[in-house]
Amino acid sequence: MRIYADNAATTQMSQTAINAMLPYMDKIYGNPSSLHSHGQEAAEALGQAREVVAGHLGCTAREIYFTSGGSEADNQAILSGAMMGAAKGKKHIISSKFEHHAVLHTLENLEKQGFEITLLDVYEKGLVKPEDVAAALRQDTALVTIMFANNEIGTIQPIAEIGSICREKGVLFHTDAVQAAGHLPIDVKGMNIDMLSLSAHKFHGPKGAGVLYARKGIPLTNIIHGGAQERGKRAGTENIPAIMGMAAALEEACGSMGPQTAYVTSLRDQLIAGLSKIPHSVVNGDMENRLPGNVNMCFEGIEGESLLLLLDMKGIAASSGSACTSGSLDPSHVLLAIGRSHEVAHGSLRLSLCEHNTKEEVDSMIQTVPQVVDYLRSISPVWDDLQKGKADYVIH
Amino acid sequence: MLYTEKVMDHFTNPRNVGKIEDADGVGEVGNAKCGDIMRMYLKIEEGIIQDVKFNTFGCGSAIATSSMATEMIKGKTVEEAMTLSNKAVVEALDGLPVQKIHCSVLAEEAVKAAVKNYYDRKGIAYDPSLFSECADCDHGCCH
Ligand SMILES: Cc1ncc(COP(=O)(O)O)c(C=O)c1O
Repeated sequence: MRIYADNAATTQMSQTAINAMLPYMDKIYGNPSSLHSHGQEAAEALGQAREVVAGHLGCTAREIYFTSGGSEADNQAILSGAMMGAAKGKKHIISSKFEHHAVLHTLENLEKQGFEITLLDVYEKGLVKPEDVAAALRQDTALVTIMFANNEIGTIQPIAEIGSICREKGVLFHTDAVQAAGHLPIDVKGMNIDMLSLSAHKFHGPKGAGVLYARKGIPLTNIIHGGAQERGKRAGTENIPAIMGMAAALEEACGSMGPQTAYVTSLRDQLIAGLSKIPHSVVNGDMENRLPGNVNMCFEGIEGESLLLLLDMKGIAASSGSACTSGSLDPSHVLLAIGRSHEVAHGSLRLSLCEHNTKEEVDSMIQTVPQVVDYLRSISPVWDDLQKGKADYVIH
Repeated sequence: MLYTEKVMDHFTNPRNVGKIEDADGVGEVGNAKCGDIMRMYLKIEEGIIQDVKFNTFGCGSAIATSSMATEMIKGKTVEEAMTLSNKAVVEALDGLPVQKIHCSVLAEEAVKAAVKNYYDRKGIAYDPSLFSECADCDHGCCH
């Protein structure tokens, strides 16, 4: 049995999405900018996809800009907010400590250009406090950018509250909804969201396709200059097949959200309950405000990369926030942000489920993960010291 | 694949894993904060490494390099073990990804730390420069 439990990294494309893409490869292949009928057929399809996406976000089609994915949408949203603010002498941006690198690295870059960045605490539960946003707002705040749901620990942020605080103070509010779109209800008007990023491959759509929603009247700054596509804000011939696949995938995901959320949440809770029986283990992130498919735990005394490799050999595809998987010496900035020590953060495991996972798979993971954790502990000098009382457990 | 077949072999079937209760030398290097710790146990008779065991907390390559290093020094003289280089361990594993080279350095240092402990216990004189301390430790991570 091969179990795919890394749906937060990417998902399998749905047949609906694939079918929606196929005609736009060989039958309707015109360039939407061309005046002939081939081009116009493609332009019409593009317009329909824009309507579909807008419908599921609660905005108008003219507020939707197609991008190459979540990273590009994050970059453009933040750059646009920064440029708008800078034009009025506002160079302060508020975000949180545990954003995706597409946000954090964009902010670091702006910091080098003279912007001042405030990164809010997310506390032990991995939740931004709306009152912290209110307290951090200044006369010169250009933008607030807080993710809708965290990609590692799955915590869902109080977006509507933050949105209303920002709207009241007249400050732009962007949210990286890459992990939320297709999984949680989104209403940009009701939630007072000015800009939002999403990415197709997180909800069974194709990779390399995303959306930036920008409320009417927000002047976007181009990252890609060239032709007049996307209302002149994003040059390049549109990736029509991917855009069609994305719209179909979003429609499908939003159409079945209710029952799927209930099903996936029940799998998640069974998995968490099963793995919590492992001694000296802890769940990362709030249990109430949590994405339906997210399981993230730390196991004391072991290191995450070796855990992942052994799980992979047993057919389980997972992810970890250890240094060895992050490609740096430090473990995940998300786990450090919620107060996990370096030692403990190295031993983290993320299993992210979707509606394709089954109860049998969950049972199988509940059997396999403890075996692998036990084995790695049996060869770990850290565990040896803990067992012999030479060191104190951090996770009780 | 991130790792060579040899690395995967030593990672999934590590040789000489375990402890030696009455070891003649025990060495530990690394830091849990950085995500890897190696502990090496040596049983030495008449200057020859009769037995060697290790415990490792760390990634796949940390476990594989520990395993390979123990194989390379078992049955050798203490002096021979002291000449084990991280490069030799990497070569024996048919290579490691660049970002994992520090694991092989750790394996070399673990062997040396165990030998040093043996010398100290036995009161054997040695040249301290053979066991140079790591100079620029940034929050305890040496490599
Ligand atoms: C929260 C979040 N933001 C942004 C991204 C980047 O999206 P993409 O891979 O489409 O560039 C991801 C996915 O890796 C993510 O999880």
